[in-house]
Amino acid sequence: MNKQAPIKEKESVVIKFVGDSGDGMQLAGTLFSDTSAVLGNDLFTFPDYPAEIRAPHNTLAGVSGFQVQIGSEKIFSSGDLCDVLVVMNPASLKTNIKWVRPGGTIIIDGDSFNEKALGKSGYQTNPLTDGSLDVYKVIQAPITTVTRDSLADMNISARAADRSRNMFALGIVTFLFSQGLETTYKFLESKFADKPDILEINKVVLTAGHNFADTIEAVDSAFKVPEAKLKKGRYRNISGNVATAWGLIAAAERSGRPLFLGSYPITPATEILMEITKNKNLGIKVFQAEDEIAGICSAIGASYTGSLAVTTTSGPGLSLKSEAIGLAVITELPLVIVNVQRAGPSTGMPTKSEQSDLLQALWGRNGECPVIVMAASTPASCFYFAYEAAKISIEHMTPVILLTDGYLGNGSELFRIPRVSDLPEIIPPLAKANDENYKPYKRDPETLVRQWALPGTEGLRHRVGGLEKTDIHGVVSTDPLNHQMMVQIREAKVKKVADRIPLQKIEGENSGDLLVVSWGGTEGSIRTAIREMQKKGKKIGHAHFNHIMPLPKNTIEILSSYRKVVVCELNNGQFAKYLRSEIPEIKYLQYNKIQGLPFFTGELIEIFNQLIENQQS
Amino acid sequence: MITNRITSSEKQLTKEDFISDQMVKWCPGCGAHAILKAVENVFPEIGYKKENFMFVSGIGCSSRFPYYVDTYGIHGIHGRAAAIATGVKLSNPGLSVWIATGDGDSMAIGGNHFIHIIRRNLDVNIILFNNQIYGLTKGQYSPTTPIGSITKTSPHGTVEHPFVTAGLVMGAQGTFFARVIDTNIKMMTEVMFEAAKHDGTSVIEILQNCIIFADKTHADITDKEIRDDHQLHLKHGEPMLYGKNKEKGIQLKGTKLQGVVVGLNGVEMEDILIHDQYEKNPGFHRMLGKMGPPDLPVALGVIRSAEFSTYDDMVEVQIESAREQSNIKCADDLLNSGETFEIK
Repeated sequence: MNKQAPIKEKESVVIKFVGDSGDGMQLAGTLFSDTSAVLGNDLFTFPDYPAEIRAPHNTLAGVSGFQVQIGSEKIFSSGDLCDVLVVMNPASLKTNIKWVRPGGTIIIDGDSFNEKALGKSGYQTNPLTDGSLDVYKVIQAPITTVTRDSLADMNISARAADRSRNMFALGIVTFLFSQGLETTYKFLESKFADKPDILEINKVVLTAGHNFADTIEAVDSAFKVPEAKLKKGRYRNISGNVATAWGLIAAAERSGRPLFLGSYPITPATEILMEITKNKNLGIKVFQAEDEIAGICSAIGASYTGSLAVTTTSGPGLSLKSEAIGLAVITELPLVIVNVQRAGPSTGMPTKSEQSDLLQALWGRNGECPVIVMAASTPASCFYFAYEAAKISIEHMTPVILLTDGYLGNGSELFRIPRVSDLPEIIPPLAKANDENYKPYKRDPETLVRQWALPGTEGLRHRVGGLEKTDIHGVVSTDPLNHQMMVQIREAKVKKVADRIPLQKIEGENSGDLLVVSWGGTEGSIRTAIREMQKKGKKIGHAHFNHIMPLPKNTIEILSSYRKVVVCELNNGQFAKYLRSEIPEIKYLQYNKIQGLPFFTGELIEIFNQLIENQQS
Repeated sequence: MITNRITSSEKQLTKEDFISDQMVKWCPGCGAHAILKAVENVFPEIGYKKENFMFVSGIGCSSRFPYYVDTYGIHGIHGRAAAIATGVKLSNPGLSVWIATGDGDSMAIGGNHFIHIIRRNLDVNIILFNNQIYGLTKGQYSPTTPIGSITKTSPHGTVEHPFVTAGLVMGAQGTFFARVIDTNIKMMTEVMFEAAKHDGTSVIEILQNCIIFADKTHADITDKEIRDDHQLHLKHGEPMLYGKNKEKGIQLKGTKLQGVVVGLNGVEMEDILIHDQYEKNPGFHRMLGKMGPPDLPVALGVIRSAEFSTYDDMVEVQIESAREQSNIKCADDLLNSGETFEIK
């Protein structure tokens, strides 16, 4: 395109990079996001990768993607349909064309559309020539050839050159979004600081891509997303899994209790284990256990011994941990269990997100076995909810299950960096050495919390265990009335946490036609839909729950304040079922999606409009 | 008294320091009573502060143990004592951690944790009550029940090959293995002291009698008439002799161990193997661990006590070196590390 090409200002843009696994799409997407963040845009990212590490080359199964929405206003999700799609091979186009907005831009490596690759991806005719892409703006570039040419002087193999095709595509995109190259160079320099050869190759190809877009006439207009008006402060881009890890690290520091993580690798939770283990320099003990059960049991041992004990997992792992959660409940020890939910049942769709472990978290154990259940909303909020989960668990001497999901865990957004000293205090209820009045199950009369007596402390030797104990003294007992009392005490202790958690808020007016109720990782997409409808004058409100067991004290007032209530979840209606049992006075409508996909703003607006208009429902 | 990084008691403790106020509810005549006695004998001798002892157990008759000793303790869930103890020891390496477990708890439902704690060589002591039966559930066969045994769940006799505990422990790269009989409190006490001294996972297999569901299960080792010929009491640095008058010994013939009579068929004292419990190569220890009637006696005492680095030590060393090398000293440093930017 020539230099006079118009630049369109846009409030937000969704862009997705897709290619074969190994084409470097995650890196290209991350670099684009980080660059956009530094240039002042708000953003939300989501990687979309197959479960297989390297599925056969050029097949539909091997397609790996990275989606990001950038904006000049607060961005709540990675977006529905793409404004720009970058595709590195026919299989990527085939699997992703349905996610492109009509009129959207598709950047294609034309070299990859050969007969063999077209055949492998099931194309009968070549979409580049058969007219099927006529509704899109197609920028077809011979990415493979030009990448190789740009590296001709560097004496490297075609194979090695092809590995940097992602940088060529990124170069085109940076031009398309009116971003200079300097910021991206800086990220490359820090990433490849100790690999100068690779750094040079990447910079050369990135520049070549940028110049190519500047020169050819295929690009008829560029976008510019103005800077977002974000609150003052220091920011970074953060994924939900890293935010969870850091929230726990901050809570350990603030509580004065060393962090212990017992965990077994499982998609999509493993990154928390990897992130925490990177930070052993902070005195953290990390135990990669032989299985999920050993993960939680080691954490229970560490908790008894005085650590802020954590185990991290995903759905199937939570099933394996059930019995041990019961042990933590009856021994009344603090324990944070993080479940990064994925699509089930069984192995299900491990790399796809879902909210279907809610009932498991609430009830999936033998006996009367109440635990606190919380859920994070967005990637950055995982920091605060992990912190709060640790605080509640320690201060109330009871296990907390924190639910996040694959969409939050792998997705990322901007995070305004807090000061640890500004976070709420965490005060562990430690028993004092040689306290003659110490009894294992003596409680604070108000909170019902027992004291934490750490091994090694003089004068506090005691035993805990899975057998029912008498209150106060903690002696093994099968006394009928004692058991009933202990069951009720454990229940009451969890319920009393409602005194400490924030009241539920409504986004929108205090009353109206339709209250949308949701929880956990769907906040962003639902909030976007609600805001759009509110701008159009619809009387719609949004109550997004993070505290599930116990529910905020004002839940019933909130739910009674609108004419209709619809519970939206990425499952078959688990929160709705729970609300029906806890607050049966309300009539709950449901909107459920169980496709391993997030909600899309468009679909929600359509549904909500129908619900508002349809007087019968 | 043992000295290491676990804090010692300033005064000499006694048995009474460890006696719990709970009623001991094992069956009268159960071998577990003697094991409890041995623990009460040895803990004051080990010399650590009484608050630094910790018992962890799973489920089963053996696993009631923590309630019967006055130490810190967790009575856990079935099979998971090793996993719980791992968290205890890593979280506070200044504790002397003891696991009470049974043949079912450690080698059936808890088999995975058992082999992995041994493989990692975590510095804990495992007292394994092997009575070759499930006692608490009233008499079903276990992974060590001899093949052919009639039990509640094998009315026609078991058709399973049992584990030899020593073989499993050393197969999992065990660094300490001892075997004792529940009636020999003196040997139990000595072996427990040795286990406490050993840095790494110590497994003490106690051949325990369950008078209700597997009475005399170890009779071919313990019966008065045959025990001298069926028991080899190992002592480090001494020849492996057994028999009523120590007239028999163990000799290596080819690749096999053989029981021979000293002075007969030209066998001399020099031909008898000398026990080296500290040998790192597990070859001989494995062979000793697997010996048993009718051809050979059962080896008792400390069979293996080899020095290897422990998991908990390596964890501490790694944390210290990470601390020295990193510029990130607190959570604020971490939050502000890497790519960040200012909005003004």
